[in-house]
Amino acid sequence: MKSCLVVDDSRVIRKVARQILEDLHFEISEAVDGMEALSFCQKKMPDAILLDWNMPVMNGIDFLRQLRQEKNGDTPVVVFCTTENDIKHITEAIQAGANEYIMKPFDREIIETKFLEVGLI
Amino acid sequence: MKPGEFEYLASFLKGRSGLILNADKMYLVESRLQPVARKHDLPGLSELIWELRLGRDQKLTQDIMEAMTTNETFFFRDKTPYDTLRNELIPFFQKARSTKQLRIWSAAASTGQEPYSIAMILKEMSAALQGWRTDIIATDISREVLEKSRAGMYSQFEVQRGLPIQMLVKYFKQIGEMWQIDSGIRAMVQFKEGNLLANFDGLGSFDIIFCRNVLIYFDQETKKDVLERMARLLPEEGVLILGAAETVLGLTNTLKVVKGLRGVYCKNSEAVTARVQASAMRAPKPLSVAG
Repeated sequence: MKSCLVVDDSRVIRKVARQILEDLHFEISEAVDGMEALSFCQKKMPDAILLDWNMPVMNGIDFLRQLRQEKNGDTPVVVFCTTENDIKHITEAIQAGANEYIMKPFDREIIETKFLEVGLI
Repeated sequence: MKPGEFEYLASFLKGRSGLILNADKMYLVESRLQPVARKHDLPGLSELIWELRLGRDQKLTQDIMEAMTTNETFFFRDKTPYDTLRNELIPFFQKARSTKQLRIWSAAASTGQEPYSIAMILKEMSAALQGWRTDIIATDISREVLEKSRAGMYSQFEVQRGLPIQMLVKYFKQIGEMWQIDSGIRAMVQFKEGNLLANFDGLGSFDIIFCRNVLIYFDQETKKDVLERMARLLPEEGVLILGAAETVLGLTNTLKVVKGLRGVYCKNSEAVTARVQASAMRAPKPLSVAG
């Protein structure tokens, strides 16, 4: 079973994402901000990370840049999942090392096709 | 809706578009036709079917057909046929066609995601296809759908279904809430109004025909007829690509399975099979530009 870390400050989003990803047979862990996600990854790198952009303490893009510097930090497949939906943000995310990008609002089908796209399913 | 009205609608749709409507689709009919009735200021579905019977309002007829024909689709749908196109079929035709011409038909193209996905693949392969003339013809029965296809405007939901993010960045421009596909990609596809039940010989011959998830809506006789007429447009090595749940088996002997290529059919399948098996020695290149 592949593992996925869901990083979002909204409890509702984490819950919805967890439900969809559990149906796709992922083992889910949660983090409420980039800092918490980073310390999780430093212990054990997940196979996938679903990552929000705007969060308190440490935001998604800063987390991603830090993650890619870590030992084995290039292994998780990172899928951004954010309300930021302009080319500028998308390009910035890809340059920082994101593998895919989901613009909120999302549904089951979008998560599924995006995860399929990056070879997680 | 009364049984008689449903029967009339079913026979009308079958005659016009080949669509098979079973009684278990009653809820679907009601939910799709209520908005059409409202648009035409008709109090209910009985009045709508009555007007359809009278046949004096062409716009109403067109609206009913459009509401009832399914248009669900997304970019790079099912992935496999596009991997096959990129890794097997285009290399095959590059060797087989000394004319340096490739003609592709996207039949029942709906809102354009299929022909545009094909166009993006050809664009990505433009170095290998230098000096080639490639035509992509896309047809659909619905005028409304064709207009949307030509504009190449998609919602945020539509561009996220199946389209890799790098492709979005590379080939789309954000216009307000919508995303428009690049004019260069749009120019690669010719959209035409066309009904698969009517004669389509005028489209000319094709090397590759995409006809996916369309036949499932037709009865056996219609499937047979459409397949035979498509086969006429294919040269010996031309291929037909069907949807994952579709087959030619039991419908026609003119087209045969191409071994090793799922969903691909051909008149002279041995020639294509041999070539594909020879190239199976190579490691397959992934379609995805992500990761």
